[in-house]
Amino acid sequence: MVAPVASRGPLGLGAGPEAIIRAVAASRRQARLRFRLIFFATWLVLVGGLALLIGSTGRIDLPFLGTWAPFILGGIPITIAVSVTSIFFATIFAVIGALGRLSRVAPIYATATLYVSLVRGTPLIVQVFFVFSALPEFGVVLPAFIAGCLALSFNYGAYMTEIFRAGIQAVPRGQIEAAASLGMTERQTMRRIVLPQAIRIVIPAIGNEFIAMIKDSALVSFVALQELFWRARTVGSSHFQSFSTLVLAALVYWGLTIVFSLVQERLEKRMAESDIRI
Amino acid sequence: MTTASPGGDSTAQDPFAAPGVLTPSGAPPIVRALDLEKFYGSNHVLRGISLEVYPRETVCLIGRSGSGKSTLLRCINFLEEPTVGTIEVDGLVVEADPLHARSARHREQIRQIRLRAQMVFQEFNLFPHLKVIDNLIEAPIRVKGVPRSQAIATAEKFLAKVGLSEKRDEYPGRLSGGQKQRVAIARALTMEPKVLLFDEPTSALDPTLVGEVLKVMAELAHEGATMIVVTHEMAFAREAADRVYFIDEGVFVEAAPHSELLDNPRDPRTRDFLARTLRT
Repeated sequence: MVAPVASRGPLGLGAGPEAIIRAVAASRRQARLRFRLIFFATWLVLVGGLALLIGSTGRIDLPFLGTWAPFILGGIPITIAVSVTSIFFATIFAVIGALGRLSRVAPIYATATLYVSLVRGTPLIVQVFFVFSALPEFGVVLPAFIAGCLALSFNYGAYMTEIFRAGIQAVPRGQIEAAASLGMTERQTMRRIVLPQAIRIVIPAIGNEFIAMIKDSALVSFVALQELFWRARTVGSSHFQSFSTLVLAALVYWGLTIVFSLVQERLEKRMAESDIRI
Repeated sequence: MTTASPGGDSTAQDPFAAPGVLTPSGAPPIVRALDLEKFYGSNHVLRGISLEVYPRETVCLIGRSGSGKSTLLRCINFLEEPTVGTIEVDGLVVEADPLHARSARHREQIRQIRLRAQMVFQEFNLFPHLKVIDNLIEAPIRVKGVPRSQAIATAEKFLAKVGLSEKRDEYPGRLSGGQKQRVAIARALTMEPKVLLFDEPTSALDPTLVGEVLKVMAELAHEGATMIVVTHEMAFAREAADRVYFIDEGVFVEAAPHSELLDNPRDPRTRDFLARTLRT
């Protein structure tokens, strides 16, 4: 049947603008809520199914995990410590690398370019073994923690060099002109004006690198650093319970990345709301 | 056209130059831009232009966009490198060096010129990561070596002068365009420059905010600051300028005391430009 011409939808005739605005907002809110509910329900089903599937293998030995979980989870602080230390030094490598990549002095530019090319052109695992297995042939035996951090920060520093280079170049040209006009030297301009702004520009990207670093830190288990993955692997293989321990380790890595993603989200939101706009 | 001989002693003169009303008698020009030429690739932007400005006078440079007025201004403190010519500011002479083959001593000379010729930009270029007060004390402390407490006192004095004392601890992101530009002017003043260069200081502003900036600039002009102002604001030129230069295709077409140029332009190009500008 054809609807009567006078119909004005669910609000009926004569609804004022305020009522319409309220109704639109309410309907949007409802739609958002519905989407979220369905999202979580779907996750519940999928994750529950996955858990059932894993459980149905009969290879998850809960009492065994109960005994060994404290030891395996004890690797979490080491994983985090390696990642935090490495991202710190990687950032320093990256700043130096980026300044080199932006240098007009040929040998400096060449050195920085070689660093980036060499490190990005070889597998991280090869670099890790280089520090752990090759250096001792020259009598350089580093403690596991230092060796692990060295390999990770050297590697990530190269990738982050390009991030910082882009960040430095993203600082508006007018900032450099203003500093020059105030009589600041190139070095002062870089240190006091450009880098502080570049760092703010690249903070989201550093967050991404840090989350990737948490996962890649598993590779430094090969320098015998007893972080999360080393513990899971060692306990699992010596008791023929690798399935249980690796599932546990995977869950922990997943949880860590979710937590740090949330932290990063919060940080970005805070930055977006800050008075400092670049 | 004559060319500047090496050493900066030149026969070329700005035919329009004349001491301003506030210029101490007998004082020589404090800014000399002589026979400047500037190429961007094959684009000939400045074509042998000379400008001489006396102490305590205000000159306005007007002209269409692309006429070379901003380029001329930016050449004076070497934000642009002239292709040919000589810049002299407060007795410091630097020759054009298009090949950028300067020695460290020469680069230091340019830095000294910049200290004396402070630029105020169209886009303000405040440092967004520093509070207003820190924007104002950064260069005095780092560049001139002024003690922090003294730099703060000077900064507060100039903030008061531009009427923004209450914005002392805000970040630039919280200021309106007009306030940003007034802070930028205060920042330039804290360096106690010999000459202020204004590069279209109100062109990026909302029309309602132009007045507050022009008011500050007019005050400075009346107090005897030496100012070179690239602007489209004819009312400002009329009120504050000793001389107005009309630039077209990289040369000065004419220049005259403000009312003379604005009211009785001689050259048809000037007349045409003013007719278009004043109508809009």
